[in-house]
Amino acid sequence: MFLVEPAHSFAAVEIHNRSGSSCIAQNKLCPGWIIDNFDRYTHPLLQHVYLTVVSVGIGFAIAFSLALVAHRRRWLVGPIVGLTGVLYTLPSLAVFFLLLPITGRGTTTAVIALTSYTLQIIFRNIVAGLDNVPAEAKDAGLGSGLTDRQLLWRVELPLALPEIIAGLRIASTTTVGLATLAVFAGAGGLGSEIVTGSNITFKTGVVTAGGLAVLLALALDIVLLGVQRALSPWRRVQSA
Amino acid sequence: MIDPVAGFLTPFRDAVDFILHTREAQTGGVQVGGLSEALNFTWEHLKVSGAAIGIACALAVPIGLALGHIGKGELLAISISNIGRAVPSLALIAFFVAYIGVGFTNVTLALVLLAIPPILTNTYVGVRQVDREVIDAGRGMGLTAFQVVRQIELPLALATVFGGIRTSAVNVVATATIAPLAGVLTLGDYILSANVYGEDGRLAGAILVALLALTVEFAFAGLQRLAAPRGLKIAS
Repeated sequence: MFLVEPAHSFAAVEIHNRSGSSCIAQNKLCPGWIIDNFDRYTHPLLQHVYLTVVSVGIGFAIAFSLALVAHRRRWLVGPIVGLTGVLYTLPSLAVFFLLLPITGRGTTTAVIALTSYTLQIIFRNIVAGLDNVPAEAKDAGLGSGLTDRQLLWRVELPLALPEIIAGLRIASTTTVGLATLAVFAGAGGLGSEIVTGSNITFKTGVVTAGGLAVLLALALDIVLLGVQRALSPWRRVQSA
Repeated sequence: MIDPVAGFLTPFRDAVDFILHTREAQTGGVQVGGLSEALNFTWEHLKVSGAAIGIACALAVPIGLALGHIGKGELLAISISNIGRAVPSLALIAFFVAYIGVGFTNVTLALVLLAIPPILTNTYVGVRQVDREVIDAGRGMGLTAFQVVRQIELPLALATVFGGIRTSAVNVVATATIAPLAGVLTLGDYILSANVYGEDGRLAGAILVALLALTVEFAFAGLQRLAAPRGLKIAS
């Protein structure tokens, strides 16, 4: 107990010297405080990354499977768009608590709600991307003896890639925003730094958590653009 | 023996009971729940959402029409909706609470900021999608720039504009759920103040918010269909 005490007060002095406790006391925007307290954002930020990546990943797996099924059976597109549209419309906060009696509090509930929200966006973009593949390209593929399966994986999906990635980018940016609400489902994330205690009136904290969410959305967007470039080498040759 | 299906449904039945009948609050003393309270919260929810959508339309539709008509500001019109999507609605509300304060006006303003990007982008895109030849035909008939916007571009873009308003409306209704954090007692109060309303109240809030969002979505989907000019509907 006594061993901890001096270190504790030393830290307090350091915060005082660097950012001025008066700045926090007056509830201004205090860059010094953000630098000194950045540690407390690491864990919520990682939770936020986890929630977003897992939800968009599962959402992509489901939407991709649905799109491949609907690609061959066109009549399924309407019902799938309708059903995922309802999931998309339901506010995430409501879904968290509608799921509560079934899945309880925690990450699972948040991931289910966030995943259900991404389906519509990703599904629509994959279907649109596949629809927009030029008929000539498909004819050329069939003419060179590709089977339906080979045509899908070697011609149609690569040509639909820009629209598929566009859907993933919208989904990931939106999910980063919605994941701030995951704190209400007991799943943490950057929202926990906004709503716990009296933090909602704490200017520096609100700006830091909100700013980190925006930066995370940007970072994921850049990663997805990189994936698109890596998966479409022919475009690089074209533009070079 | 407990029927598992009944066990699973019990919380939902209790939540419906909460909406229909008043009961004593968890904190004691006052009565909570019941239809009139639910209707009050719903009305507040619709009031703050409606005000925000109305103001956002009044601002974003004319700007989108003007930008689309002169064909400038594409970067602004498109990127504003990308940036808008990246800012978490919770952070936006919290920002307003921390910097401007709580209350109906402040929540409305925060929701207006949330609602503008989809309406602006859709209006711009809708006007740009109008066939150039139709506009040229209008000009050839001697229409002024204002008449071209009013009689050609707006009617042909209207379904797309309503698509944007629909996206915004659903977003705003969803976000108004966290308005109690800023002192506006919408349906979200059932969800956020579970210490007063209890678990049943919270589930009741989730059900009511979900129903409200679906109602708004279907209402605007209907408006969007009505907004398409008759000529276009025949063509499609």
